[in-house]
Amino acid sequence: MTLFIRLALLFAFSFGAGSLAAQERSSLLPDIPAASGEPHAEGNEYWRRNHMDLMKHDRDSTLRDGDREIAASLKGCFDCHAAKDDAGQVVTYESEQHFCRACHDYVAVKVDCFMCHRSTPDGVDEHALQAAILPKKPLDSTDVQGVIAYLNQTESKPTEAGE
Amino acid sequence: MKIPTLKGADISRRDFLRSGAAVATATLAPGVTLMAFGGSEAHAAADADKRWGLLIDANKCDADCDACVSACSKENGWAGEGNPETDPQWIRKITMQNTSTGREVTMPMMCQHCEEPPCVDVCPTGASFKRVDGIVLVDKHTCIGCRYCMMACPFDARSFVHEPVINQKSHAPRGQGTVESCTLCVHRIDKGGRPACVEACEATGHEAIIFGDLRDPESDISKRLAQYPSVALRPDLDLNPGVRYTNL
Ligand code: SF4
Ligand code: SF4
Repeated sequence: MTLFIRLALLFAFSFGAGSLAAQERSSLLPDIPAASGEPHAEGNEYWRRNHMDLMKHDRDSTLRDGDREIAASLKGCFDCHAAKDDAGQVVTYESEQHFCRACHDYVAVKVDCFMCHRSTPDGVDEHALQAAILPKKPLDSTDVQGVIAYLNQTESKPTEAGE
Repeated sequence: MKIPTLKGADISRRDFLRSGAAVATATLAPGVTLMAFGGSEAHAAADADKRWGLLIDANKCDADCDACVSACSKENGWAGEGNPETDPQWIRKITMQNTSTGREVTMPMMCQHCEEPPCVDVCPTGASFKRVDGIVLVDKHTCIGCRYCMMACPFDARSFVHEPVINQKSHAPRGQGTVESCTLCVHRIDKGGRPACVEACEATGHEAIIFGDLRDPESDISKRLAQYPSVALRPDLDLNPGVRYTNL
């Protein structure tokens, strides 16, 4: 609870920090990537405080009851919150520049959402984006050295599954 | 409840427990209470008056065709990586031969969407569940990857995801450490559509798979079931699957 209150306060103070370039920052608060689209009618504070409950509620109605007309979904988030890197390329959750990581990294909260859900809008080729940062799988399972190297790499990836 | 677009999500747990109106409770045993919540049904697409099913005609299924399998793989974003032991299989083609006559038939196999699903019975977390319209799914948010359901399923219909996954379809999330199987393309059904395999089979001209509501006596599938002989696989188990076969 205290964590969330502290978080909310931090966000309140950090409003507008997102427009500053990293080197010009006057604080250590998270640098929230700019969004496209209409602002939230309920305000950013509301969504910062409640997004997890909203999404959890709606995921259950979608999965269990088949309600597809929901307000809070990850797909919906990425309609507007598809953060881009310096080259203008949409980034996946593997990248520190991903929208969700701006705050979750800051408070050292690891979310599991992207073990199953895509972390970019539909149509983006995540394989191409991640080919450079994900460990290469050995093609031949009898290649023992290759398999060991792959397992070591997988282990050292902080957002990789199975830790 | 002030912000209509956020449907129910702004109800805090305390408010929720305080408002008895939409909650029906039944006491099962001292200290054990069953609660049923009203409210979201009005928006839900899963309709308890329907039971979705498939009717597969093995005579019309072409041994050399795998349009249903590739359509499923494309629609739901799963693919083999050349490891038959661990590759996911939401649907596969199987060949059966009558040993005395030599007659061979091929047909697609997938989750049979059992009315009495053993996978749901054995699931320790409640992740395996059956929707009110008969579609059996895995809630990957609660699946712990124990694979009891895979052992319980008589049709080998489920797969365990062994590798990290990216680039999923947004309508078909899937990830390492969870179990998955045919969803009957629930995301399409909820929007009034049909499963991808059914459309793909129809597009080839074979029309070996029919999709429809088994509860509606006027549906194409119910009429055919009423008119022609059909079987449930493993009828000895009394699972009453939603997937039926003819001309086996
Ligand atoms: S076919 Fe297997 S996975 Fe599908 S409902 Fe029946 S027991 Fe469960
Ligand atoms: S693997 Fe997942 S869905 Fe299957 S029985 Fe275990 S928890 Fe349930």
